[in-house]
Amino acid sequence: MGKVVITADMCKSCRYCLTACKKDVIALASKSNRFGYKPVEVVNPDACIGCGMCAIMCPEAAIEVYKD
Amino acid sequence: MKTVYKKPECIGNKKPNSYCPGCMHSIVVRLVAEVLEELNVVNSSVMFAGVGCDGNGAFGYLDIDTVISPHGRALAVASAYKRCNPENVVFTYQGDGDLIAIGCAETMHAANRGENVTVIFVNNAQYGMTGGQMAPTTLAGMKTTTTPYGRDPKADGAPMHVCEILDTLDNPTFLARGTCTDPKNIIQTKKYIKQAFQNQLEGKGFSLGEIVSACPSNWGLSPLKSIDFINEKMLPEYPLGIVRDR
Amino acid sequence: MEKVFMKGCEAVAEAAMRAGCRYYAGYPITPQNQVPEYISRKMPKLGGVFMQGESEVASINMIYGAAVGGTRSMITSSSCGLSLMSETIGWLISAELPVVIANFQRGGPGIGDIGPTQQDYFQATKAHSNGGGRMLVMSPGSLQEAIDAVFEAFEKANKYRTPVYIQLDGISGGMMESVMMPDAISDEEVAALKQKAKEEWAVGKMEGRERREIVGGADSGLPLQTLNQKLEAKYLEMEKNEVKYENYLMEDAEYVITAYGIGSRFARAAVNILREEGYKVGMIRPINIYPFPFEAYDAIDYSKVKGILSTEMSIPAQFIHDVQIAVKGRAPVYNYSTSGGVILDAVEIANHAREMMK
Repeated sequence: MGKVVITADMCKSCRYCLTACKKDVIALASKSNRFGYKPVEVVNPDACIGCGMCAIMCPEAAIEVYKD
Repeated sequence: MKTVYKKPECIGNKKPNSYCPGCMHSIVVRLVAEVLEELNVVNSSVMFAGVGCDGNGAFGYLDIDTVISPHGRALAVASAYKRCNPENVVFTYQGDGDLIAIGCAETMHAANRGENVTVIFVNNAQYGMTGGQMAPTTLAGMKTTTTPYGRDPKADGAPMHVCEILDTLDNPTFLARGTCTDPKNIIQTKKYIKQAFQNQLEGKGFSLGEIVSACPSNWGLSPLKSIDFINEKMLPEYPLGIVRDR
Repeated sequence: MEKVFMKGCEAVAEAAMRAGCRYYAGYPITPQNQVPEYISRKMPKLGGVFMQGESEVASINMIYGAAVGGTRSMITSSSCGLSLMSETIGWLISAELPVVIANFQRGGPGIGDIGPTQQDYFQATKAHSNGGGRMLVMSPGSLQEAIDAVFEAFEKANKYRTPVYIQLDGISGGMMESVMMPDAISDEEVAALKQKAKEEWAVGKMEGRERREIVGGADSGLPLQTLNQKLEAKYLEMEKNEVKYENYLMEDAEYVITAYGIGSRFARAAVNILREEGYKVGMIRPINIYPFPFEAYDAIDYSKVKGILSTEMSIPAQFIHDVQIAVKGRAPVYNYSTSGGVILDAVEIANHAREMMK
């Protein structure tokens, strides 16, 4: 069981993390952050296995991942 | 809960990074930060950044002592600094225009002297900061703002392979090329970067990590399409792997 | 202090190391090759670093690299070599790095030839790089003055946090004179200087302090206009404190010969020739050419002085422009200059002075 924490204001909406997540835990939000980017958000938390691949792909270091 | 991934403490404290969405400079700087923290050398490291997106974006984002070098001269500056201050960890952070166009002589000669420094070289096949002009690494046929009909290798030169060129010299210790297109490659690239720093700590000499990177803004592609471009076009020209490890 | 008979290039090299220089980089160019040759022999024994750069461009950037770490550093070159260094000289000024740069002038423009000249006056004092930056420019007239200038240059570089430029020439580099060579500063003093720089501004160990940035231009915290205002305040401070010139037989002078650097030696001989003939001639010799000693020319009694002969080894004449600005039309200014390795001649200067006095 994993947990993804996203700092929405650091996200620039590049979507690299979406290519890395094999469990569809995250998706683009519909509302923009304060810089005008649509950030990724956690939509399916229970599916997260805590692999950390989304964070490894994130250019902005906006994603933190924890695991039980 | 156990931490799987957390932002390195030495980036983004004073200034957000100013790179465009999907720019792989951001990933590379982040990897450098992770490596410096893992090697416990954040406080003794000095970055000599070049001029271009390399210097402007990393400057202030990476929270360590930083010197901006005149365009192309980072390795001359870093060589002298390291000779006078061997106790410090010294690395240059340079783009393709900085490292192998205007800075070709400084790069070749610092490598040839085997200076005990680490080079982080970001190859995105064009000049990012100035708006996407042709670089020595621009692919044959690739359109840039100064090769509007595509780079003609007969007139504009062919792509320059930095690791392979430096491999003709006696003194470099480590030359490797990675990319940041997927987690596997990012993990591999980080290993190269770490070894390039580890070599310096062990006094082994000149170590260079080249990272084939995306410039979605100037390529006119979305970040995801840029990854496809790297996989389909860039990597056949710039194959990944270790070119030299001594 | 010891009395030695030395060649100019080697005297400058020895003086630099005695003044605590522990980093030198340079690229071969005539007529100053004896400087890197001498330093390459001796610097390793002092625990310092000598590097032969792959070009003048690389060499001045090596100096930048040594300087950002607080190591006392010097570079020497000649004329066209200095042109190649011009960009980074601007960075050194902008980044406020204390280094010493010495130019043993040869001919120009272009590659010119290797003969001694004073052809780089504008380059040294007005436009050594883009952006209008300035640095203290010393112009010694003898080897003793050159040696003293090296010591002083390192001190002033430290005091003002600026590159200091020593304007020499091919004659000074190649000639031998007996000089009093000051004692070397101790290794402890050298280490203390570096330590102080590390504490105050140099990059290196970050423990216990904020990150430092050294940028040859505006950085994120300082807009360019603010930086340039700060630099201007420094130039004004130098203009107040660093004016240096010599008056020779000026008390009763009715005519003035003015010259600087190596040219002043021939001018002085001309003054002596003319004095023996009964002419009341004196000499004004700027020792620092930036800041220019305007006050020396303001102090002239223009009710007595009827003409000023400016003489230098440059065609077209360059130094004369500052002389004209300084004289402000209060007396006619005449020119006699040579170029291309044609060395000024006291007899010729005296001839031109007699023409002026007709």
